Amino acid sequence: MAVKVLLRNPRREVDVPGPMTVASLLGHLELNPESVLVIVGDELVTRDARIEDTDAVEIRPVISGGAR
Amino acid sequence: MKCRVCRAPAVVDVRRHNAAFCRDHFLRHCEEQVRRAIDAHGMLVEGERVLVAVSGGKDSLALWDLLLRLGYEADGLYLGLGIGDYSDESTEYARAQARALDRTLVEVDLARDYGYDIPGAAAATRRAPCGACGLSKRHLFNAAALEHGYDVVATGHNLDDEAAVLLGNVLRWDTSYLGRQHPVLPAAPGFVRKVKPLVRLGERETAAYCVLRRIEYQVEECPMAAGNRHLGYKEVLNTLEDRSPGTKAAFVFGFVERGHARFAADTHDERDALRPCSVCGAPTPGDVCAFCRLREQAATAVTVSSPR
Repeated sequence: MAVKVLLRNPRREVDVPGPMTVASLLGHLELNPESVLVIVGDELVTRDARIEDTDAVEIRPVISGGAR
Repeated sequence: MKCRVCRAPAVVDVRRHNAAFCRDHFLRHCEEQVRRAIDAHGMLVEGERVLVAVSGGKDSLALWDLLLRLGYEADGLYLGLGIGDYSDESTEYARAQARALDRTLVEVDLARDYGYDIPGAAAATRRAPCGACGLSKRHLFNAAALEHGYDVVATGHNLDDEAAVLLGNVLRWDTSYLGRQHPVLPAAPGFVRKVKPLVRLGERETAAYCVLRRIEYQVEECPMAAGNRHLGYKEVLNTLEDRSPGTKAAFVFGFVERGHARFAADTHDERDALRPCSVCGAPTPGDVCAFCRLREQAATAVTVSSPR
């Protein structure tokens, strides 16, 4: 079993061996916690939350660029 | 993690405040930060009509929602940029939010109303698309506010945007831009006031606000912004922030409190020297304003996409 993780920009899905904490997941994917939100199911979670193999996880980038 | 206020399980952590919040207290935190920004800089006066520049992204949709919750009279302004599917999708997010909030959405379409679009303008002028886009937005937000009788334009610039722009301006020592970089640009002849009420919220907070309020927004990045300098500055700043939380806030608010005034005098002189554009009447230092020059170049060079 592995945690299925949805990534965006571009949209893609990766499998990551679980269970693990959110902080570990971001470290595994080399993502800066300042640059993303982590959503498990429909709920936002903090860095210390534990992710199980059966969870659906979305890592959503929060950085937007271009002219404002 | 526990909520700093009520000790319930937290859903968002905000490291620069050394805090985490449950849903309800995070939403209250966002309202308080916007209220503090508005009060600290005298951004809005009760009863004023506010026009929120709405892109369909997280910041502008959160801002519109927050201003209404704080009791302001806020309508939306959407500018169709003609960037293919990206623009089509962003239009729908802006319209959906207008329906959800039951407020007016003023719509301006570059192709339909001005005869060009951003990809065409970038190609015609050989400028980066973000340059043509920013110039068009600055001009048309102001023009729409004047035309429709709004007192002030509110934009969704957040703490990360301000930090990235400040870093760029400092790296180039662009003193003119430094003099104009402030949470409030006062009204002047031909200009309505421009305000940035999200300046005390990072973009991770505005995204979390939308998720928690169930506000649907465009997550995908503008295809024309990929790899631009602004995104590079944000990446560098987030690396610093991860190592030392609070760095971005100290950088921006230190500048606003102790640096801005040193550059502002030059911009007052620039504004005093403006005169009406011979084409559109907007204030400009030359004979024809930059927007009208861009429009002429773009409209004559490239076939625009069909208006929707």
